[in-house]
Amino acid sequence: MTTTNPTLPGPGGLPEFEVDPALYRHLADAQVNVELDTGDMILNLGPQHPATHGTLRLVVRLDGERVVAADPVIGYMHRGYEKLTEVRTYPQITTLINRIDWLSSFANEVPFVAAAEELMGIEAPPRALQIRLVLTELSRIATFLLFLGEMGLQVGAITPAFYGFRDREYVLNLIEAVTGGRFHPNFNRIGGLKDDLPWGWLNDTRHTMEKVLDSCDTFETLVADNPIFEKRTRSIGIIPAELGAAYGVSGSNLRACGVDWDLRRDGRAFLPYSDLEWKVWTHPDGDSFARYWVRLQETRESARMVLQALDGLASGPVMAKVPRIIKVPEGENWVSCENPLGEMGYYVVSKGATGPFRVKIRSASFSNVSILPWLLRGVYVPDVITILGSLYFILGDIDR
Amino acid sequence: MLELALDVGWGTTLAVKTIVVLMLIPAGALILGYTFLLKMMSHMQSRLGPMDPGGFHGWYQLVGDGLKFIQKEDIMPAEADRRVFAFAPAVVVISTFLVFVVIPAGPRLVVAPLDVGVFYALAVSSLSVIGVLMAGWASANKYSLLGGLRAAAQLIAYELPLVLAVVGVVVQAGTMSLQGIVEAQRDGAIFGWDGVGFPFVLTQVVGFGLFMVAAQAELTQPPFDMPVAESELVGGYMVEYTGFRFLFFFIGEFGTAFAFAALAATLFLGGWAVPGVEGTAADVLGPIVLFAKIMFVAFLMFWARFTYPRLREDQLQSLAWKWLIPIALVNILVTGILKVAV
Amino acid sequence: MAAKQIKGMLGGLGVTLRTMLQPTVTVQYPHEREEPPTRARGVIALKEENCTVCMLCARSCPDWCIYIEGHKEKRPPRREGGRERTVSILDRFDIDYALCMYCGICVEVCPFDALFWSPEFEYSEPNIASLLHDKDKLGEWMHTVPEPEPLELGAEPPKAKK
Repeated sequence: MTTTNPTLPGPGGLPEFEVDPALYRHLADAQVNVELDTGDMILNLGPQHPATHGTLRLVVRLDGERVVAADPVIGYMHRGYEKLTEVRTYPQITTLINRIDWLSSFANEVPFVAAAEELMGIEAPPRALQIRLVLTELSRIATFLLFLGEMGLQVGAITPAFYGFRDREYVLNLIEAVTGGRFHPNFNRIGGLKDDLPWGWLNDTRHTMEKVLDSCDTFETLVADNPIFEKRTRSIGIIPAELGAAYGVSGSNLRACGVDWDLRRDGRAFLPYSDLEWKVWTHPDGDSFARYWVRLQETRESARMVLQALDGLASGPVMAKVPRIIKVPEGENWVSCENPLGEMGYYVVSKGATGPFRVKIRSASFSNVSILPWLLRGVYVPDVITILGSLYFILGDIDR
Repeated sequence: MLELALDVGWGTTLAVKTIVVLMLIPAGALILGYTFLLKMMSHMQSRLGPMDPGGFHGWYQLVGDGLKFIQKEDIMPAEADRRVFAFAPAVVVISTFLVFVVIPAGPRLVVAPLDVGVFYALAVSSLSVIGVLMAGWASANKYSLLGGLRAAAQLIAYELPLVLAVVGVVVQAGTMSLQGIVEAQRDGAIFGWDGVGFPFVLTQVVGFGLFMVAAQAELTQPPFDMPVAESELVGGYMVEYTGFRFLFFFIGEFGTAFAFAALAATLFLGGWAVPGVEGTAADVLGPIVLFAKIMFVAFLMFWARFTYPRLREDQLQSLAWKWLIPIALVNILVTGILKVAV
Repeated sequence: MAAKQIKGMLGGLGVTLRTMLQPTVTVQYPHEREEPPTRARGVIALKEENCTVCMLCARSCPDWCIYIEGHKEKRPPRREGGRERTVSILDRFDIDYALCMYCGICVEVCPFDALFWSPEFEYSEPNIASLLHDKDKLGEWMHTVPEPEPLELGAEPPKAKK
């Protein structure tokens, strides 16, 4: 089967990536109403488009149906997070950073809180860490269920999207029962968690994880095993492993290229993942199908992890002894964790005040999207949509 | 034609026939749209669909939608070719009307019992390609032009499997007249048992499959809906059409679905025929039986529509040219051999 | 190969048919309602008698959506010969729900337990100005505040309230 990427790395390593400045100069001031000359048509997958997961503008230069050059224009959703964090206190920032990647919002708080805790020298009690793990994995399941559904939508099947939203609701109900908020839990605190679990939550979660495993089987039957889906996604948008790593692609996208790298296992241990028996899923192909498949398996793995973690839940407090007014001592700290979208990290610079001096947010989707100009060369227009869907970025994560 | 007790002139008969066909299309489109698009799709997606309009399970939703569309402002793009833009939806709907002219609903309930009914129906249903091209071109919009060109290529490519699939039925029945085909199925027998006649789907399984796939593509429904890909070109050739012009396209799409389902029911499932029932009883029972069979065929079409993702344009074309047409040719060959030899 | 493809195509059809035959998950709001869980963050209620106008909540709100005004009054001493007491009176306590992020920092930070969460969420208004809930309206939400739920096994029992 012919691939849609015209150049693949040979045995030597990275391919030559030449930038023709003239090409990109034209793309920078692309106008929509140019004469219809199919030799050089500029198509604006504008900020408002059903396929671009938010306000991503993708300016592509077409030759017939093939993309000659592509340029993502980001920033339509920039909310000034890093500036906001300069004038907020730590609890307030924890609230705000929920909204960076809004689909898996609990996971956004974890690296930041871990960074602050490390600077303060506080350790959250074991029960808090385990519940943090459970909620992070629940966020991962919620995000990935939506992905499994909407990837079907990108290739044209309308039904899986509804199943994705329906099954996600079960997980969101669990998160709401604990934290009070479905989308924005705001549950992490420096030193642990805000509250403990309500009565009956463990049983509810166990039932819901069974439902999640069933719905993964549904997605496998409906989408992954479908020959039309395979035709649309196999060999589409192949990311070579070294190139992906060089661009900073992370998370399931990189694991789908065959790279066995997962910060839950290989990074610093902020959450007790080593207490559980779990597996890192990789796929050698690196195409859109591989990315779908890896996330499907990871959803199942997360459900199994949650079941294990709940069985081994320690007793005790969920909050360590922290002063009432939290002042993080002077210092700098970098913490990155395996978020559902990839590697998300916070570089916290503190000068001893109630709020940080500067926070630099490393968001996964920003790097995932940076590979688009390389990835979309020589690709058909429908495949552009498939690739965008399979990379799974959230605009809030790109633009912060 | 139906002999009424009164002696009416040909003018009145023509008027009655025209009105019947004109009423049939929106009614068929409404019924199909409500049952399958609104209710069946919703239940397949684990939700309820419209429930409030009209009180009882939202039956009024499409009627309300139609009225809403009619009262909208008529917007035409400034650069559009006005007459072509206005006429394009009409071409699509007219071709649907013309198909209904030959479909029989009873031994005497047919508007025009042509001897070459099959040939006429398939020929006339291809006129919609012109309408699609007109729409795509006249919209003065890059997206709709791309969509129109994709649609034209797809529709032309899938005409061939559609026609070739039907040839097997014609060979087996020995006649191109739709009335004759229905009667051949009614009077036939399966290994000597004539309880249900002999619907051609039993021997023309391949033909039935090909016809359904090709009809799906002719209607630009998933998995063949690249021309109107919602998540890509957002409406394709129809994107500049608003208000009642869009309503025309919508009625055209669902009316054509009704027409193709009626054709499939007539050619493969036995049409209006109920074995053993003749004369006026068949005239009364026929439309009901035909309607039930149409709903069954439409169920299959829409079931596939809501389940499958869409094929890319080149994959779609290679499916038609490399797979469906050879299979159809082999089907005709085998049918011909069996018809002569057995 | 072809068999696997046919199985794949039929499997998808089976899933949609099965889902069609099962009951739907739709809750027909407003005719039917789903009760939110006890901890759901719907609206903030104010228990006025506990508030001492310390302004901690207004200061810690990330959006600065709480508007508090108060003044101090003198009260007679509690026993003979004592000092006069100064009491803070709450004049104005508004929460602007058009700005509120429903983060809960104000509820958490209040040292006197004057703010509570309530799962009530049906208070949408036709104009934005009506989303500013004043002291009386916030006090009315108090009767929708549920009892805190019992905690799961293994949790530390909650500290006694002062």
